[in-house]
Amino acid sequence: MSQQSEPLNAEALREDFPILEREFNGSQLVYLDNAATTQTPEQVVEAIVDYYREYNANVHRGIHQLSQEASIAYEEAHDRVAEFIGADGREEIVFTKNTTEAANLVAYAWGLNELGPGDEVVLTEMEHHSTLVTWQQIAKRTGAECKYIPITDDEHRLDMAAARELITDDTAMVAAVHVSNALGTINPVAELADIAHDHGAYVFVDAAQSVPNRPVDVREIDADFLAFSGHKMCGPTGIGVLYGKRRILEEMEPHHYGGEMILKVTFEDSKWNELPWKYEAGTPLICQGIALATACDYLDSIGMDAIERHEADLAAYAYDRLTEQNDVDVYGPPGDDRGGLVGFNVDGVHAHDLSSILNDHAVAIRAGDHCTQPLHDVLGVSASARASFYLYNTRDEIDRLVEAVDDARQLFS
Amino acid sequence: MGLGSDMYRQQILDHYKNPRNYGELEDSDFEHVGENPLCGDTIKLFVKLADDDETIERVSFVGDGCAISQASASLLSTELRGKTLEEVQEMDREDVEELLGVDLTPMRVKCAVLAEKVAQDGAAIYVGDEEIDQTTTE
Ligand SMILES: Cc1ncc(COP(=O)(O)O)c(C=O)c1O
Repeated sequence: MSQQSEPLNAEALREDFPILEREFNGSQLVYLDNAATTQTPEQVVEAIVDYYREYNANVHRGIHQLSQEASIAYEEAHDRVAEFIGADGREEIVFTKNTTEAANLVAYAWGLNELGPGDEVVLTEMEHHSTLVTWQQIAKRTGAECKYIPITDDEHRLDMAAARELITDDTAMVAAVHVSNALGTINPVAELADIAHDHGAYVFVDAAQSVPNRPVDVREIDADFLAFSGHKMCGPTGIGVLYGKRRILEEMEPHHYGGEMILKVTFEDSKWNELPWKYEAGTPLICQGIALATACDYLDSIGMDAIERHEADLAAYAYDRLTEQNDVDVYGPPGDDRGGLVGFNVDGVHAHDLSSILNDHAVAIRAGDHCTQPLHDVLGVSASARASFYLYNTRDEIDRLVEAVDDARQLFS
Repeated sequence: MGLGSDMYRQQILDHYKNPRNYGELEDSDFEHVGENPLCGDTIKLFVKLADDDETIERVSFVGDGCAISQASASLLSTELRGKTLEEVQEMDREDVEELLGVDLTPMRVKCAVLAEKVAQDGAAIYVGDEEIDQTTTE
């Protein structure tokens, strides 16, 4: 691993995010909905503006100067993202719309062709709908079966003993979330990959909540596929990434056809373009892809290890402050061992009521099922509140959160 | 104060904490269930009609969910008494807002109108205009 970065200075970084200066009802915004989407630093906004002001053109096919500039920037953005997650070059990096589309790409291109009756897909109880619904539906269409690794009752971690029982020679795919967006649990995905590979199965890692806030190395995990979204890591919306091992991406058939993804077309047949373009049919998300590379630069300039430590500190602090009152249920593992988010419920205050009242205090959190309805069934609640942090959040903001929760508690007592 | 706090005026909190007409009606003429998947709110409404088979004599409800949905159900349960089933169908979102005495933020409208929609669907099914199992507000 590279050497440790300096601790980050959140106050200084806030300068890069003018949106954080906004005020509502006379109070400064406290933005704690970063697991849904993160704010965009000036550097990334500038990359977007720069693209449209200076070299907006379609990629790959143009001979003219603008198209060349756009093509080079777009292609190099794949290299930059590859470097960011330790992949072996642009061939392993497919740009998609988001994590969801990346999951669907694997499910359609690989799952639909490879799965059949007798095959099993092993998921976890804490999967986001983007993975869960996708494999559930592909399984229905192919006759395969989905199984779910349960979570433990006390700390809501994956039950790895159960995982070892559930993953068998019948398993064709293990799809697991790296950091749970509802619980904050950090899952041992490298260990899951090991188990999966022992049984000849592939592993798909949903890294939507991990790539943005900690060093992630696809080789260390030995993931076959890994997906994440640009808008959760200082990038714009409309861009996501599917990492796939080169050998697998070479073997797989594309599932979207059209321009850009072909090498040679006749009336009778077509030959696919080389990786990764084979999976990027049509005009791609050019500006967004380039801006994502800028977001990687931005995050690396701070240091992913520094971001990870900062978030861990905020999560532990929020956990401690919220559990000072014994009417608060916090989900997931203890404060010092979780991703940078805290899911909770206050006794007697529905999560949506809580979120409405917090909004009066200009505190933005999320309330609902966080696209994990089956997980909420397991937890036995219909909704939860979630505060999620990023590199620009501070302990003072968590104090504001706690004050607002106190206010809600009083209103409802 | 913003829209949110306005939404939690005393009346809503009072009806949430002390719901009126809470419980099941043994002798109801019809009952109907609805759900708002967004909040996980559920409302089951029980309606007893007068001898004319169209005027509402008594309403009760059971339910679970956010304050807005449960307070609306409680307020509605008192408001519906004496109305005909036809009059129930004529109610709309503004009537609910008036009952609650607040302007609703867009995301919370579904919570507020759930009870009303349950009453309307339940009544429509009772008079044979509609065939649905369950009402949802999404
Ligand atoms: C763990 C996890 N997986 C997948 C997603 C889906 O991301 P997107 O909506 O960008 O496809 C999210 C975000 O909502 C998430 O938190």
